[in-house]
Amino acid sequence: MSVALTVDPSRERPHGRLFWALADSGNVTRRYLTHFLRQPVTIAWQLGFPIISVLLYGFVFGEAMKVPGGGDDGDYKQFLMPGMFVMTMAFGFMNTAMAVVTDASKGVIDRFRSMPMAPSAVASGRGVADLVVACAELTILAATALAIGWRSSGGLLDTALAFALLLLLRFSLIWVGVYLGLVVPTPEAAGGLYAVAFPLTMISSVFVAPSLMPDWLAPVAAWNPVSSTGTAARELFGNPGAGGGTWVEQHAVLMAVVWPLAISLVFLPLAVRRFKALSR
Amino acid sequence: MNGDGFAVRAEGLRKRYGDKDALDGFDLRVEQGTVHGLLGPNGAGKTTAVRILSTLVRLDSGHAEVAGADVVREPALVRARIGLTGQYAAVDEILTGRQNLEMFGRLFHLGARRAALRARELLEQFHLEDAAEKGAGQYSGGMRRRLDLAASMILAPGVLFLDEPTTGLDPRSRLEVWDTVRDLVARGTTVLLTTQYLEEADRLASRVTVIDRGRAIADDTPDGLKNTVGGSHLDVVVRETADLPAAVRAVRRVCAGEPLVVDVERRVQAAVTDRVRALTDMARTLQDEGVAVEDIGLRRPSLDDVFLRLTGQTSGTAAAPGTTAVPDEKEVAA
Repeated sequence: MSVALTVDPSRERPHGRLFWALADSGNVTRRYLTHFLRQPVTIAWQLGFPIISVLLYGFVFGEAMKVPGGGDDGDYKQFLMPGMFVMTMAFGFMNTAMAVVTDASKGVIDRFRSMPMAPSAVASGRGVADLVVACAELTILAATALAIGWRSSGGLLDTALAFALLLLLRFSLIWVGVYLGLVVPTPEAAGGLYAVAFPLTMISSVFVAPSLMPDWLAPVAAWNPVSSTGTAARELFGNPGAGGGTWVEQHAVLMAVVWPLAISLVFLPLAVRRFKALSR
Repeated sequence: MNGDGFAVRAEGLRKRYGDKDALDGFDLRVEQGTVHGLLGPNGAGKTTAVRILSTLVRLDSGHAEVAGADVVREPALVRARIGLTGQYAAVDEILTGRQNLEMFGRLFHLGARRAALRARELLEQFHLEDAAEKGAGQYSGGMRRRLDLAASMILAPGVLFLDEPTTGLDPRSRLEVWDTVRDLVARGTTVLLTTQYLEEADRLASRVTVIDRGRAIADDTPDGLKNTVGGSHLDVVVRETADLPAAVRAVRRVCAGEPLVVDVERRVQAAVTDRVRALTDMARTLQDEGVAVEDIGLRRPSLDDVFLRLTGQTSGTAAAPGTTAVPDEKEVAA
C-alpha cells in the first residue's frame, strides 16, 4: 500500500538551492493564505478594523480637526485618509510578530528546522503573505475612502507611487515583526506590543500635523518613519497638509524610501541572527 | 548507513547553557529497527540530546551520527532521514489534517501530486480519514498527536525522534500512540523515545538508557535494568514514622539488598533473593521488634525502582521527594 519514500538528495540537484528556496517560500505563503480561506472571519476582522477606523476617525474627528493651510470642511477627511493607509501598514508588524511567535511557541518552527527545507522560507514565505494581505487591505481602504469622498488629485503615476511607498514601509516592518516574534516568549506577551505600536502611530503625522504639536513633540513626530510615508503619500495624492517647515517634511518622498531601507538594514540581520540563535 | 547496525551513535556529547552542563559527556547507541528509551528526570538532558541529534541545536563538543550522517557536517542529510515529534503537537491548527500533511509533504520536496498521494496514505494509516477535512485545532489530543506523528513520517524516515509523545494525553490516547509507535517500528523505523513515564519505556522499548545530569548512567534492556535492582522486592510500610529505623534494621538483617526508604510513605524496600523465606523471616522479625506494620509484601521491581535507585545513588538529589538511599556496608553492584 505504502509508496516507498526514501530521500535521494541527488533528485534535488537539477533544480539547485535557489529554486527550492523559492518553492519552499511559495509553499509557506500558500499556508498563510489558506488560513484566510479556512477562517474568513479572521480576514474580515483584519480588514474590518481599518474600515471602521476610517469611518470612526473621519466622522467623529472630521469636523473638529484642523489641517494646516486648509480651510474647507472636507479637508480633514482628505488629510486623514493617507494617514489611515499608513497606520494600517504600520500596525501590520503586529500580525507578522503574532504569526511567528505562535509558530515558535507551538514547535512549528522547530518542525520546519528539522526538515530539509530552506530555512529562509520560514520568514520569506510569511513576508510574501503579509504583502499580499497588505495589498488587499489597501484596496479595501481606498475603496472605503473613495466612498466617503476622499480623492487623489495626483496623476496615475504619483498615485501608484504613493501606494508603492506604503507597501515599502510594510515590507520593512516584516523584519521587525519576525524579529519581535522570535524575541517575545509567548503569543500573550506579543499582545503587549500594542503598547509600542500605538504611540508609534499616534506620535506621527497620521492624525495631526506635527506643526500643531508642542515644540518638544513636533520633531519626534516629524522624524517618525510613519510620518515620512504618510506625508509622502499626501504629497503624491495631492491631499492637504503634506507640507511642513522642517527638512524631513520637505523631503518626505525621499525619506519614505530611506526609512524603510534603514529599518530593513537593521532588522533583517537582527531577525536572521535571532533565527540562527535558535540552534544555540 | 554504516554497516554496524546502529541508527544513532553519539559519543561524548557536551552542551553548556550558561554555567550549567545540559549534556556532560553523553553517550548513546541505538540499534537499528528498535525502540530505544531515553529516561531521566526533568532537566536531565533528554530534550537537549534529542535537539542535538535532530540538528536543531549545535553541540559544543563530541560526535554524533544519525542514520549514517554526521549531525554537524551533514545536517541537511540528517534532516532528510529523520522525523521529529517534539513535546508539542507541531501542526498548523487552522489547516485541516489533509492540508497539514500536504503542506509538509510539499516542504519535504515531494511535489504537489506525490504530497497529496502521501497525505491520503498517511491519513489512512493513522486512522484520520474521517477527520481529514476538519481543522487540526478541533482534533482531540490523541488525534493531534497522531497527525503530528504522520507529519514526521512523510518521508518514511530511518530514525524517528519522539520527545515525550504522550505527555498530557489521556490514557486512551496514550494507548493509541503506543500502538502507532509499534506499528512504525514493525515497518522498519528506528525510534528514540524520551519519556518520564517508566511504564511507557517498559512497554515500548527494547533497550533503555537512563540519563541523569547530562550523562548516561545506565544502558540495558528493561529486564536487565530491573535485575540490577534485584529479582524481587520486599516492601514494608510501617504505621508510625517513628518505627522506620527499627524497620530498616530488620530489613538489613533479613534482606541481601540495600534498603531504600521513602519517608513520606513510611516505606522500606529491599531486594531479596529467596522470596518466601524473606517474607516469613521479615514478618517474624518485625513482630519480635514490636513494629506495627500497615502492609508487607513482595513486589516485582518496576522501572520506577530502577530509576529511583540509579538517580538516587548517583546524583544525591533524589528524583522523587522524600526518597533517601540509605548508605550500607553492602554496596549493590549497579
